[in-house]
Amino acid sequence: MNDMSRVERAVDSKETKIAARKVQVYYGDNHAIKDVDVEIEDKTVTAFIGPSGCGKSTFLRCLNRMNDTIDICRVEGDILLDGEDIYDKRVDPVQLRAKVGMVFQKPNPFPKSIYDNVAYGPRIHGLARNKAELDEIVEKSLRRGAIWDEVKDRLDAPGTGLSGGQQQRLCIARAVATEPEVLLMDEPCSALDPIATAQVEELIDDLRQRYSVVIVTHSMQQAARVSQKTAFFHLGNLVEFGETGQIFTNPEDPRTESYITGRIG
Amino acid sequence: MTDASLPKGGAKPHLSSLTEPDARTKSRNAAEKRFRAYGVIAIGTGILCLLVLLFAIISNGIGAFQQTFIEVPVYLDPAKLDKKGERNIEDIKKVSTFGYNPLIQKAVLEQVEKAGIDTPLTKPKDMKAMISASAAGQIRSMVIENPDLIGETVDVRFLASSRVDGYLKDRVKREHLARDKNIDAEHLDVVDGLLEAGVVKKTFNPAFIFGADASESRAEQAGLGVSMIGSFFMMLVVLFLALPIGVAASIYLEEFAPKNRFTDLIEVNISNLAAVPSIVFGILGLAVFIQFIHLPQSAPLVGGLVLTLMTLPTIIISTRASLKSVPPSIRDAALGVGASKMQSVFHHVLPLAAPGILTGTIIGLAQALGETAPLLLIGMVGYIASNAPDGIASGLLDPNSAMPAQIYEWAKRADPAYYERAWGGIIILLVFLVTMNTVAVILRRRFERRW
Repeated sequence: MNDMSRVERAVDSKETKIAARKVQVYYGDNHAIKDVDVEIEDKTVTAFIGPSGCGKSTFLRCLNRMNDTIDICRVEGDILLDGEDIYDKRVDPVQLRAKVGMVFQKPNPFPKSIYDNVAYGPRIHGLARNKAELDEIVEKSLRRGAIWDEVKDRLDAPGTGLSGGQQQRLCIARAVATEPEVLLMDEPCSALDPIATAQVEELIDDLRQRYSVVIVTHSMQQAARVSQKTAFFHLGNLVEFGETGQIFTNPEDPRTESYITGRIG
Repeated sequence: MTDASLPKGGAKPHLSSLTEPDARTKSRNAAEKRFRAYGVIAIGTGILCLLVLLFAIISNGIGAFQQTFIEVPVYLDPAKLDKKGERNIEDIKKVSTFGYNPLIQKAVLEQVEKAGIDTPLTKPKDMKAMISASAAGQIRSMVIENPDLIGETVDVRFLASSRVDGYLKDRVKREHLARDKNIDAEHLDVVDGLLEAGVVKKTFNPAFIFGADASESRAEQAGLGVSMIGSFFMMLVVLFLALPIGVAASIYLEEFAPKNRFTDLIEVNISNLAAVPSIVFGILGLAVFIQFIHLPQSAPLVGGLVLTLMTLPTIIISTRASLKSVPPSIRDAALGVGASKMQSVFHHVLPLAAPGILTGTIIGLAQALGETAPLLLIGMVGYIASNAPDGIASGLLDPNSAMPAQIYEWAKRADPAYYERAWGGIIILLVFLVTMNTVAVILRRRFERRW
């Protein structure tokens, strides 16, 4: 745990972006998330860690209502984005997802050109009035995705032809193109090699300047490297939530300690 | 690892050697070899059957594309065709085909004499058995179209009778003539002579592909063209109904419909419908479209509707399969950037599923094109000797037949010449089916290669 020093920086008190209160998630009869309370701050990287099947991805997908696509999934409790309940009947999940972008475990670019991959979101949300504006958004997003220099000469090439790490950065560029306020990342580096992982992690650190980032990861080192806040999930419970440095060096709960020292999970 | 130093073939090693497979491995390898052999045998048998089938079809049917013609100069006698000599079209039309027969028979007899054929057949009437009954009608229409031909001698090419045709194609043999009332050995001698003189010729016959059906006694005149038009109009109906309805239904069922008992029931029943015998769809079409809605009988519109019902399950099943094969990550990606469900389906899922949908549709169409049973029940079999329809509306509503139904009809008829035509019709039908399937494969390759 040499990386501990990196996260032991003071976290300024920031306003809460997403507040979850007593969230329960059921898959049919299976109670997958139990009583989770968490506060995700703006301009902060929050990491969800925990063993497989502990519900961290499920909880992440609740934050932009991606679980709506699963018929048997039921969410109870309140999740507030800037004080508004995102599970309110009047909330259109499509609008919500424009605000809360998502990057998935496996890079999943559309089978279209690099340009169209990034331009798709702005197009359907009407963010650009003309081609020049769209070009500008695409370039800006690809720059933020730290992939502009690699693809600027072949924007018409298919996005699926890029390498795994490039594809994932393209997906991040695609997610930021719609100007979201929160970026959810579901194990974004699990399909990548160490070099691509390092690039994506660097990128996540940059993204913190503008967005609130929530990242689910299996790698405790990664959580320690990129996040300021860490939440430890175990068997559907949120066991511990706090400053990353404190979770990794001085956990309060014995289960957290067992997990980060490799005794469970 | 002490065995490593032992000389080969020395004391029996405790560990089995890698160069000598043990009994278990041997039996496993043998099992694999046997399985491969079964596969090769199965495929070999399949290919052999296919070759036999193709050989049978082609050797039996290829003859139908050629027909025996008689080419003679016919003197269009004004005394017979226009007694008043006024060239009044109404008067000319009064002369029926019976008036033309003697002229044709005389013309053929002249050629027989000119060729110096020694034959007891010396009267014009004796020529009748060699000439197709369609010849008189052919020349009559020619004259009515251009009355100025009367009084002139024109070179005409008309069909020989189906027996003469059969003689040239080895279907009618001299040893069987005793039982044949239509033609005798003297006629065949004449045919041999005329063949040498170049009056009788066997050539390619486009009328078989483009012409209309003919009566039972004029096998030589029958063609598949009109029923081809009938099939074409049915395919139009099927394409314009089954494709949009089928694709829309599958998109709804696959992407939007809630998964509950009701949709499960629908799903099971779609699979059941795909297995329903096609004749059941035929009787349904008879009951609903003809007896209840009172659409015209034998119309390609009704045939198309029935075949649409029959094709829908095929299209729905293949469309759903290709929608299912689109990776869910694409849907997630689209939803993740804030696309609505419908946008994610129409912008991303549907284009990826398109090749599969197209293939399914074309295969469904090909299936419908070859379907006969339901057409029997709605009256799309029978004798359709009319010419091509004069518009889409009449094409859809006029009585017509379809290619497979026409083939069935020919196979039923007594004249062996029709038997040959049935095989020939199968060749044409197969050409259509193979072309459609090839188009399906090409389209699929093309769309898939895009990325």
